[in-house]
Amino acid sequence: MVDLSLEVEVLFDALEHALCGRQPEHTDALIHHSDRRLQYVAIRHSERLAEAGIHVKLSQLEHSKITVSPLLLSAYTLTTSLGRGLEATREAMRYERSGLAKCCFETVELDTWVGVVDGVDAQQLPRALGHYDCRNNRLVQLGLETDGFALRVREAVERYGNDRVGVFLGTSTAGILETELAYRRRVQGSGVLPDDFHYRTTHNAFSLAEFTREYFGLTGMAMTISTACSSSAKVFGAAARQLTIGSIDAAIVGGVDSLCLTTLYGFASLQLSSARPCRPFDAARDGISIGEGAAFGLLERTEQHPPGSLLLLGVGESSDAYHMSSPHPDGLGARLAMEAALRSAGLAPDEVDYINLHGTATLANDASEGQAVATLFGDCVPCSSTKGATGHTLGAAGAVEAVICAMALTDGYLPGSPGTTELDPTIPIRYQNHNGSASLRRVLSNSFGFGGSNCSLIFGLAN
Amino acid sequence: MQAWIDGIGVIAPGLPNWRSAREVLSGVRDFEFTSTVLPLPSLLPAAERRRASNVIKLSLGLGLEAVNQAGVDPSTLATVFAASGADGNNCHALCEQLASKDRQISPTRFHNSVHNASAGYWGIATRSMASSQVIAAFDASFGAGLLEALAQVVCNGQLMLLIAYDSEYPQPLRAKRNTPDCGGVALLLNPQCSVASLASITLSPSHQSADVMTDAGLETLRQQIPALRALPMLQRLASGQAGSVILDYLAPMQLKLDMQPC
Repeated sequence: MVDLSLEVEVLFDALEHALCGRQPEHTDALIHHSDRRLQYVAIRHSERLAEAGIHVKLSQLEHSKITVSPLLLSAYTLTTSLGRGLEATREAMRYERSGLAKCCFETVELDTWVGVVDGVDAQQLPRALGHYDCRNNRLVQLGLETDGFALRVREAVERYGNDRVGVFLGTSTAGILETELAYRRRVQGSGVLPDDFHYRTTHNAFSLAEFTREYFGLTGMAMTISTACSSSAKVFGAAARQLTIGSIDAAIVGGVDSLCLTTLYGFASLQLSSARPCRPFDAARDGISIGEGAAFGLLERTEQHPPGSLLLLGVGESSDAYHMSSPHPDGLGARLAMEAALRSAGLAPDEVDYINLHGTATLANDASEGQAVATLFGDCVPCSSTKGATGHTLGAAGAVEAVICAMALTDGYLPGSPGTTELDPTIPIRYQNHNGSASLRRVLSNSFGFGGSNCSLIFGLAN
Repeated sequence: MQAWIDGIGVIAPGLPNWRSAREVLSGVRDFEFTSTVLPLPSLLPAAERRRASNVIKLSLGLGLEAVNQAGVDPSTLATVFAASGADGNNCHALCEQLASKDRQISPTRFHNSVHNASAGYWGIATRSMASSQVIAAFDASFGAGLLEALAQVVCNGQLMLLIAYDSEYPQPLRAKRNTPDCGGVALLLNPQCSVASLASITLSPSHQSADVMTDAGLETLRQQIPALRALPMLQRLASGQAGSVILDYLAPMQLKLDMQPC
């Protein structure tokens, strides 16, 4: 059927027409070819296909449009409870160490484990940016000044101009800890918050992006993406689009989240945090361990990519449209995000060599994500969650795990999963319990968040 | 970056919808300040509808007004949400509880505290599984949202919906962040001209100073509710005249919009 309007009904008419014309004895013989427009985002369509037992065929030829052209990830860094920088992280991961420890953060009284970054409180912000001072922005600075990342940014600013380097950072709670503490210091009687509490530059979700913009003296675009635990995966999409249309020449992407009472008590209230170090994809998994972290990347649009350089190949985003704090039970949203990332990269599932799973270690996430991965990739592609090592760094997780993927590509290894011992037998994926070595060309990273926000990224090495 | 505006939603103090906003902004009627009236979120399942906060009512109302104008099915639309902060009332309640002896916060309050709560409820209400981006840029949130929305239109070649909104902050937070009432703007953006198109907009960066509203009441709204930094653009749309406006974004970068009515 050919129709130029974007009417959903036309789509369903076409589908029903094909279903009616199908030979009953060949119930598995209908392959649905389609581009990525209406049908992939209409639940009714997905449900009808599933009901009729139809496999959706995806291949490079079927793209209606490729969103992202390969972009160079020219510099990157991460700081988590595993340590500061790439080398410390590499060393910890080599020995399958975990950065998790019993929670003794602030005055928190919860039976849970957390991943704390060392040395955050010792950071001193530049005097002119003192109003940004809070644990979260100290962690921003600590992260930026690691692995020579800030220097690489300054070189890019020199190269392109201070209005041509954009800032795209993800967070879930930014510096909300400042507000939590300020509420304890409210003036008796009036309830007024103390004078030294600065909402804009600490608690507000934009504070980390604004701080970073000022830290490097930038004058162009900046934004925070805040979609809970997919935030700093989705920054790659936002930055890639601006790079693709040429409104900027380079982008600082990343994510920073720091420990606070809201998330520690919040996940406890949902009974989603574990009393033990988290065990992703373990049969006995019983919840997350919250971590903090900062990870950054520098994305550039370049004419040529030297062999071996790291590339962002694809970004896929979707929504569950299901529940605020539970994933879609069949992992439908997760699957849509992974499919979209594959289409954006022009890859078939069997061209992916490793998947860094969202793998929070909640019962629901791992079951639903596992189902989505099994549907799309079968049990062939090695995959693991690295949250047993870093903890769940929430809004920073997308960027932290993007950097872990970059390290896996350059180092040629498959990250293991500290904490996981007995794999959940009901999840038929090739879970990588322990480190392995492998020559990797392309890897996919999943990040999913509250509100049903899903994002998958694909990175690869240039040929 | 170019797109066509196929639908507009407006909810703000004294401006309950685009039709009345157009009358005020084109000078047919004077602006009179009245508290924002929020529509009931009829699209949500009953349980969610009863508990829906102002942020949810506001963002759903804005989005649906824009979508209904163009007769577009929201279940297929990608969205960009832009807001200065998350739900201020919910944040206040959480911080108050966490500062008390009993820190056992409500799980519903916790999941509603995320900045993307409105995007989540939009998805549940419309059943749209399309991508939903959620942006925060303090006073620059409308501009940041527009930059991302237009980039999506250009890159993806598809209709998309921008919903920019802000909700009130209660005391004592309001003393630190003076957003006195709910307000916002939604734009349904099309990569090409359609029968529903009202005007085309072409965005470019600018260092000129941002346009202000001549009416003092409207200028107060523009300054106090970050999403209403869009007011000069809406005024130009209401006038039906071609021309350009400068919207406040992130100094020194402002956004110049060249607008051409259809």
